Amino acid sequence: MAYELNGETYAADEEGYLTDLSKWNPELAALIAVDEKIDMTDEHWEVVNFLREYYDEYQIAPAIRVLVKAMKKKFGAEKASNKYLYELFPYGPAKQACKIAGLPKPTGCV
Amino acid sequence: MSEDMDDDVAKKFLYVNRKAPYGTIYALESLEVVLIGAAFEQDVSLAFLDDGVYQLIDGQKTTGIGMKNFSPTYKALGDYEVTKLYVEKESLEERGLTVDDLMDIVYEDEDDDWEEKPSIRLVSRAEMAEIMADQDVVLSF
Amino acid sequence: MSTLHTVNKSPFDRSTMASCLAHLKAGDAVLIIEDGVVGARKGTAFAATVTAAIGNAEVFVLGPDLAARGMGEDDLVDGVKIVDYDGFVDLVTKHDRTQAWL
Repeated sequence: MAYELNGETYAADEEGYLTDLSKWNPELAALIAVDEKIDMTDEHWEVVNFLREYYDEYQIAPAIRVLVKAMKKKFGAEKASNKYLYELFPYGPAKQACKIAGLPKPTGCV
Repeated sequence: MSEDMDDDVAKKFLYVNRKAPYGTIYALESLEVVLIGAAFEQDVSLAFLDDGVYQLIDGQKTTGIGMKNFSPTYKALGDYEVTKLYVEKESLEERGLTVDDLMDIVYEDEDDDWEEKPSIRLVSRAEMAEIMADQDVVLSF
Repeated sequence: MSTLHTVNKSPFDRSTMASCLAHLKAGDAVLIIEDGVVGARKGTAFAATVTAAIGNAEVFVLGPDLAARGMGEDDLVDGVKIVDYDGFVDLVTKHDRTQAWL
């Protein structure tokens, strides 16, 4: 599949993950979020940006428990729980947030 | 076997890495299995010997070969509670390398006020044999 | 506590067998299979390494792999024993873990 934005085509795999993460931009993220039925708030962006930073440093999308632990360190305990992340991304934070962040599907994510 | 599986006691898993990265898929496959397997909360160690030590060498640049540089991912292993990376001293020496040629890989010790500690542990060939003999499961790549 | 090590590559092609034999503990067993069996032949440049390992651990070759490469018992380094597929299974069950050297 592919996303269309401002006359440009962005290739994605059959599940909607961007093929080339270097093509990502916030506007495209917002478009992917619409497909995922997510209304992006500051809290959503916080997670998405955090995932991009993590990927930039380690070249992987973190597993959910790793994400929770790392979020706790950066944003504090109230934003670091499965519950908090699932409220933001009901169909799975790893899947939805990574897709919006333009990252590949997390390793080991089923 | 089933009583073992029900046991809450973590088993000791050793992933043995003996091949350089990029030329074959073994190194990347091993790393991916380690990351996936980390979810099972076992007692995981990684061994790097023979050409496997090249997986940890610092300064890998892969743009010219059109492959993803996955070496930064070893630095995420601490987040996955994989904190024991045994590197064989003789294997380094045979290749003209020292531990200073390897990446700095650290983990934060939960039991010691999150102090950063090195994950790489230099061991002799004899010590590596001891480590291998001390496992419940050995997985080779 | 002991380990069964398996090796399936010729020592003339890869360093796998040399590395395996250098990491043995007393009481371990080595089962040489597939192309690895050429490393158990007597009179080769690798034979002394195999002989040295036999002092420490048992060394076996898989008979069908040996036969397929035109070799038999008389061609082996002294002390190397031949097992069939049932013997392979017995070795796996006899030892606490199996380490497949790739």
